[in-house]
Amino acid sequence: MRQHLWSGVLFGIGLMVIIDEVIFHQLLQWHHFYDRDTTGFGILTDGLLTSFGFFAAVFGLFLFADLRRKVHIHWIKWSGSVCLGAGGFQLFDGIVSHKLLQIHQIRYGVDILPYDLAWNIFAVVLLIAGAIMLKRTSFSREAN
Amino acid sequence: MEHVHTPFPGAGFEITVIVIGVTALTVYYLAYEKQSNWPLYRFGLFTAGVLTAVISLAGPLANEAHSNFIIHMVIHLLLGMLSPLLIVVSKPLTLMLRSLPVKKARRLSVWVRRSRYVRLLHLPVTGACLNIGGLFLLYMTDLFHQMHSSLVLFILIHLHVFLAGYLFTHIILEVDFTARRYSFYHRATVLILALAGHKILSKMIYADPPEGISRTAGENGAMLMYYGGDVIDVILIILICYQWYRARQRTYTIQNNPSPV
Repeated sequence: MRQHLWSGVLFGIGLMVIIDEVIFHQLLQWHHFYDRDTTGFGILTDGLLTSFGFFAAVFGLFLFADLRRKVHIHWIKWSGSVCLGAGGFQLFDGIVSHKLLQIHQIRYGVDILPYDLAWNIFAVVLLIAGAIMLKRTSFSREAN
Repeated sequence: MEHVHTPFPGAGFEITVIVIGVTALTVYYLAYEKQSNWPLYRFGLFTAGVLTAVISLAGPLANEAHSNFIIHMVIHLLLGMLSPLLIVVSKPLTLMLRSLPVKKARRLSVWVRRSRYVRLLHLPVTGACLNIGGLFLLYMTDLFHQMHSSLVLFILIHLHVFLAGYLFTHIILEVDFTARRYSFYHRATVLILALAGHKILSKMIYADPPEGISRTAGENGAMLMYYGGDVIDVILIILICYQWYRARQRTYTIQNNPSPV
C-alpha cells in the first residue's frame, strides 16, 4: 500500500520538526530563534520547512487514521516509513539547514563537531533502519 | 513607544466598536431564535469571536497596546487570527442566507457566485496575499509608526487586519457558505505558504523591529507572533485535514452501498 509509505514519511518529517521545535528550541534552548548570521534565504527555507512540517505531522496522522479504517495496518511498513521520513528530515536539517544555509547551529559556545556528528549519524541510522524495515516487508509481500 | 500618549484612538472609537459588537450579537441571536435546528454552540462561538474582536479594539488591553509592543502582538493574534476563526466556524453567512426570505437569499447567492469581484477576491492566494502582504506592509514600512498618530490609518489598518484574516480563514476552511470551492491540496498548499510567510515576517521583525520599538520588546513581540501564530495555524490545519478525512469516508460509503437510484 502506497498510503502506508506516505502516511509514515509525512508523519516522520512532522515528528522531527516538532521534536526540533519543542526540545531543541524550547526546552534545551540550544537552537537560537534567530542567529544574527542567518541569511534571508535561510529564514525563507526555515519558515517553509517548519510550516510544511506542522502540516505533515497532522496530515500524516489523518492518513494513518484513514488507512486504519480501510485495512489492517502493516506496522513494520508504517514504522519503517516513519523512520525514513524522520531520518531524511534530520539529515536535511543537519546538513542543509545547519551547515549550508547556516540558519542556526545545534548549540552555541561549545565545540560543535561532536554535536554535528551525533546529529547526522543518528539521522543516517534512522534512514538505514527505515530502509531495512521497508525492504523486509517488501520481501515478505513477494513471498506471500 | 516610550513617551506618554493622550488617550488614542479615543472614547468615540471605543463606543462605536462596542455598539457594532452588540449589534452583531443581537442580529445573530435573533436569526438563531428563528431557526429550529441551528445549534446553540454556534451562537457561543460567534459570541466568543465578537468578544475577542471587541476586547482587542476597546478597553484596557487595547489601550495598553499603544505603548507595549508585546500587547500589540497579542491583539494582532486575537483580531487577525482567533476572532476570524471563531466567527467563521459559527457560520454567520449560512445563517444569514437561511434567515432571509427565499427569493432574496437565492438572488444574493446567485449574485455572489457570478460577481467578478467576488471571483477575484475569493481565491485562496488573494486571501493569503491580503492577509500576510498587509502585515508585511504594516511592519516593514513606516506604516506602523504612522498608525499611532492618525485615527483614519488606525481604523483602516485594524479593519484590514480583521477582514483579511476573516477572508483567509473563510476561504481556507470552507465551512460557511462560499462562492467557490477549492480542492483540499490547493487550500493546504496556500495555508502552508501563508503560515511560512507569517513565520518569515516574525523573524524579520525580530531582526529589525519597527521604528520606536526597543530591541527586547521587538524580540519578545516577534516570538509571540511566531509561536502564537503556530497555535492558531495548527488548529486550521487540523480542521482542514479533518474535512479531508470526512470527505474520504463519504466516498467509501458510496462505494460500499451504491445508491439504488
